[in-house]
Amino acid sequence: MNWVGDHIGDLLSVSLDHLRLALAPVLVGLLLSLPLGWAANRWRLARAILVPVSGLLYTIPSLALFVMMPLILGTQILDPLNVQAALTVYTVALLVRSIADALAAVPAPVIAAATAMGYRAAGRFFAVELPLAAPVLVAGVRVAAVSNISLVAVGQIIGVGGLGYFLLHGAQSPPNYPEIISGVVLIVVLALLIDGLLAFAGSRLTPWARVGPKAGARR
Amino acid sequence: MIEFQAVTKRYDDGTVAVDHLDLTIEDGKITVFVGPSGCGKTTSLRMINRMIDATSGAILLDGKDIRAQHPADLRRGIGYVIQNAGLFPHRTVLDNVATVPMLLGARKAAARGRAAELLATVGLPAELGKRYPAQLSGGQQQRVGVARALAADPPVLLMDEPFSAVDPVVRDDLQDELLRLQSELGKTIVFVTHDIDEAIKLGDQVAVLRVGGRLAQYDTPAALLAKPVDDFVASFVGRDRGYRALGFLPARQVPIGPVASVPLGTPADVARGRLDAGWAVVVDTENKPLGWVSEAVLSEVDGEIRPEHLISGGSLYVADAEASGTAGTLRNALDAALSSPAAVGIAVDATGAVVGGVTAETVLKALADARRSGEVPT
Repeated sequence: MNWVGDHIGDLLSVSLDHLRLALAPVLVGLLLSLPLGWAANRWRLARAILVPVSGLLYTIPSLALFVMMPLILGTQILDPLNVQAALTVYTVALLVRSIADALAAVPAPVIAAATAMGYRAAGRFFAVELPLAAPVLVAGVRVAAVSNISLVAVGQIIGVGGLGYFLLHGAQSPPNYPEIISGVVLIVVLALLIDGLLAFAGSRLTPWARVGPKAGARR
Repeated sequence: MIEFQAVTKRYDDGTVAVDHLDLTIEDGKITVFVGPSGCGKTTSLRMINRMIDATSGAILLDGKDIRAQHPADLRRGIGYVIQNAGLFPHRTVLDNVATVPMLLGARKAAARGRAAELLATVGLPAELGKRYPAQLSGGQQQRVGVARALAADPPVLLMDEPFSAVDPVVRDDLQDELLRLQSELGKTIVFVTHDIDEAIKLGDQVAVLRVGGRLAQYDTPAALLAKPVDDFVASFVGRDRGYRALGFLPARQVPIGPVASVPLGTPADVARGRLDAGWAVVVDTENKPLGWVSEAVLSEVDGEIRPEHLISGGSLYVADAEASGTAGTLRNALDAALSSPAAVGIAVDATGAVVGGVTAETVLKALADARRSGEVPT
């Protein structure tokens, strides 16, 4: 375990890099998915296109998507932007459907009541529909974040950085097992940490989703 | 005042939901739209706040065409109560009620203060304000829905089958509560229901609509029961409409006769001497009725009359209408007589004390007299 002690500074700074690489696409992907998910819920045609296409995108193997990106974006093969763009695509692929479904699940009487109270369409979306979609949205974001944290490691094959470095570097002959295990453990720890933080934030954002009928309230 | 002028709603598939509706809804009254499903009652209601736009014709609110305003602005001035309350699940009860004042630009603290007052107005305890709708019962949710609709103090309230999803006992409470609220607030209320009993109980005016969105009859509940314009209205109003019509006739003419009464604790042999036609009503120390005893019952009793000896009584007829505010009607009087085990209905005063008895014969005679004098439409 001397290796870990000697490299603790590297391990921490690379972990932060790894998080940045994994989570920036989650944020961008979320911002892109909101209008797409809204459109998929609003128009039947948009749903018929967006939902299958996003499902299809998610089935493309990550390494293939990473190396295709330079063709689409015109970037250099080793540009970290390739991985960021690919992870954004995965995030969008995961979230479009769940946002569309979550918006569709908002009860019609609630929407009718909001309209009748005098909300305009945009106000109603942000004040009523989006908050009610939040629990499903947070669940989707958690999956995307964890998935990205693991996929960034694959990105190391095209030299993007992050904890994948310790996996590849440690696997050279002769293998440095403490290095490999440190990388793997840190990836798992980061994934669990971020998932936990998102779950906590989600539950703080939606206190109403945790309540049930109180004893004696029913009549 | 809300005026429907030749209002028609035709959907793209050709279905006519509302067909040339002409109707004037008076201020400060409860007007009920009632009819079978497919009669366009909800569509008519939703055209008032432009949740649905009419295909042709015009709707005037206080003389102004409702299309003159942006729909959202129009709606902020019209309260709306929907079936199942339609509360926002992600907002506390207080914030639900504060919705429209906030939309109109009220400060949060002021809007919540007003919301707390309204919870009291609709009969909900203040501590419910911090709960979420999922933590309330159906009846409580519906009260919150009413409070939310009243929050900006709109002159007009639209109620779309608001009480249809709660059980009958709660529905009855909510209806009474609405009538009490209306007697204080005097809103212009348009109420949609498929339940003719609810329409007759709540409405000052009732519009009966037939399938295809045509107005069959627009009248007071009493006139609807007494003089339905055609077979459709007659059958919709229901089979026992003659009996229910008695509910609109005050029972002033019904003479209240004496009734044999004995206090609880009276020795059985003393009570036996006071029976009238084999029965006596047993009263407490304030002369309030507790139940009946009969010849047959008393023959089994040794010593004093105790609560377990009593035969439960029928409905009570409140004879002193002025004092209690609930006018005794011929229907109350007749029901008291018919539901009493002794065939004598107990008449009570405003405090609930026994003042005498009424029989079915005296009620029917009073009805016949009223018919002869032209007081009752025949």
